[in-house]
Amino acid sequence: MDPDEAREWVRKNKQREYISKLMSPSEAVQKFIKDGSYVAFGGFGHVRVSIVIIHEIIRQNVKNLIYAAKTAVHDIDLLIAAGCVSRVEVAYAFGHELRGLSPAGRRAVETGEVEVVSEWSNAAFEWRFKAAAMGLPFLPARVIAGTDTFKKSSSKIIRDPFSNKPIVLIPACYPDVAVIHVHRADIYGNAQILGHTIMDFELARAAKRLIITTEEVVPTEEIRRQPYQTTIPFFLVDAVVEQPFGSHPGNMPYIYAFDEEHFAEYLSLTKTREGTLQYLQKYIYGVEDFWGYLERIGGYRKLKYLMDLEKKRTEPIYPWVE
Amino acid sequence: MLTTYSPVEMMVAAAARILEDKKIVFVGTGMPIIASIVAKRLYCPNLLIIFEAGGIDPLLDRLTVSVGSSYTIDRAIMATSMDYVMSLAQRGYIDYGFLGAAQIDRYGNINTTVIGDWRRPKVRLPGSGGANDVGSLSWKTITIMRQDKLRFVDRVDYVTTPGYLNGPGSRERTGLPINTGPYRVVTQIGVYGFHPETKEMMLLALYPNTTLKDVQENSSFKIIVPEKVEVLDPPTIEELKVMREIDPAGIIIPRR
Repeated sequence: MDPDEAREWVRKNKQREYISKLMSPSEAVQKFIKDGSYVAFGGFGHVRVSIVIIHEIIRQNVKNLIYAAKTAVHDIDLLIAAGCVSRVEVAYAFGHELRGLSPAGRRAVETGEVEVVSEWSNAAFEWRFKAAAMGLPFLPARVIAGTDTFKKSSSKIIRDPFSNKPIVLIPACYPDVAVIHVHRADIYGNAQILGHTIMDFELARAAKRLIITTEEVVPTEEIRRQPYQTTIPFFLVDAVVEQPFGSHPGNMPYIYAFDEEHFAEYLSLTKTREGTLQYLQKYIYGVEDFWGYLERIGGYRKLKYLMDLEKKRTEPIYPWVE
Repeated sequence: MLTTYSPVEMMVAAAARILEDKKIVFVGTGMPIIASIVAKRLYCPNLLIIFEAGGIDPLLDRLTVSVGSSYTIDRAIMATSMDYVMSLAQRGYIDYGFLGAAQIDRYGNINTTVIGDWRRPKVRLPGSGGANDVGSLSWKTITIMRQDKLRFVDRVDYVTTPGYLNGPGSRERTGLPINTGPYRVVTQIGVYGFHPETKEMMLLALYPNTTLKDVQENSSFKIIVPEKVEVLDPPTIEELKVMREIDPAGIIIPRR
């Protein structure tokens, strides 16, 4: 996207008015995530990631998404398992970090059902968002040079006109929609993240449309009391969705830990296509909404356990360890 | 007292002994985390650990499943962003980058993207993640991985992370920061460095139970063997104890 085009888009489409953007997950997906959209999820794949919107995309059967896999873990894997993704730009995908490779993601790429269209490093992806956030066409960087990752990206290498040394130019990335899960936000979209922001400070400004999902909605006075905690101001935001435990089975720093039991079940079931369908039926198609899912994964007792785990009141277990 | 230990424990101990005090290490998933915590606990209390998602110098007492989890900001001095820590690396603050790998070649080039053809891979691996950035920008890169003929290869199927690329001078020629590159490779057989002139992988140390024969039998390329090769001490009881404490569930350190 040309930077002038991107500016014009902001001028025409971004609300500067204080109006409530509070809506349900289903409305947010209907309004902003279309077949073929280029989407990026904030957080870190299974840390502070909007699983609530992932579920809703699957339930609404959105197809042919192009996915920005800047450390994508459980987010992309669920979407691939449900057949919602056709193309991926990869910095990190198809893996579950220490839990191993993800069977559903691997199968999709190895059989050609999902096409990897480009490769990046995490810093390169982050700086694509940063370039877009700054309204620039590209940023110079000293990563990916000399590798196949450079060749499979759409970066260029030129001579730095000041020093005459070679320098990589990383092109800006303007996702159609970004979805970022946060600790708290008001009804207008002023959003506060506690802990590390990963790529979200940049991603929020790079994306054309931005859906915020939040553990809780708080009054604007609460935001104004600690403005230094604000990562995203309301005028970047198009939808606000309230969903406690919206990152489950992912980790939400300071609130709840990974649900390793659930990951073990997921990784084991997705080894086969039948198992994958069984998982989707049990946890997504077979429930009305995310509240139904939270009930099904063990309800209050399980969520209380995950909160205790985050506070280190109990030792984690890893049922996927062989 | 004689104690038994596994190859993984020997690797982690060997890697932990490489790191230095009052330096900064940027760690990848898995064994690099355990080795860095062992080093910090036993040998270099002022070693600073940095994670790609934005955690700076957390007080880690457990192995973390993810390099972006709550553990990576637990009692940290800063919880910041990918942009911030990657910029620190590009600015020259990262002394050691510490990575895992699926394949490596004689120049220390690493593959974590695909086995086989990129378009229709035999095995699709996760890709670079932060590895390319760490290998491009850290002053010295340490890689810890299993060694066999399929992993120590003549040519990696795909260069995800740059080692010395095609040999001396090629990093600089392509625009990577000068005086950076692979420093050590730690496997279940020994510890390797890189020849100062040719930049080819060179044996530095064996373990009490590994031999020169193991080195060559488990590599598809010829590894330089200098006249003098050190033999490392087995893991100490303290090292084994800390490894067990950090990974009580046996995710990486096998339980007995």
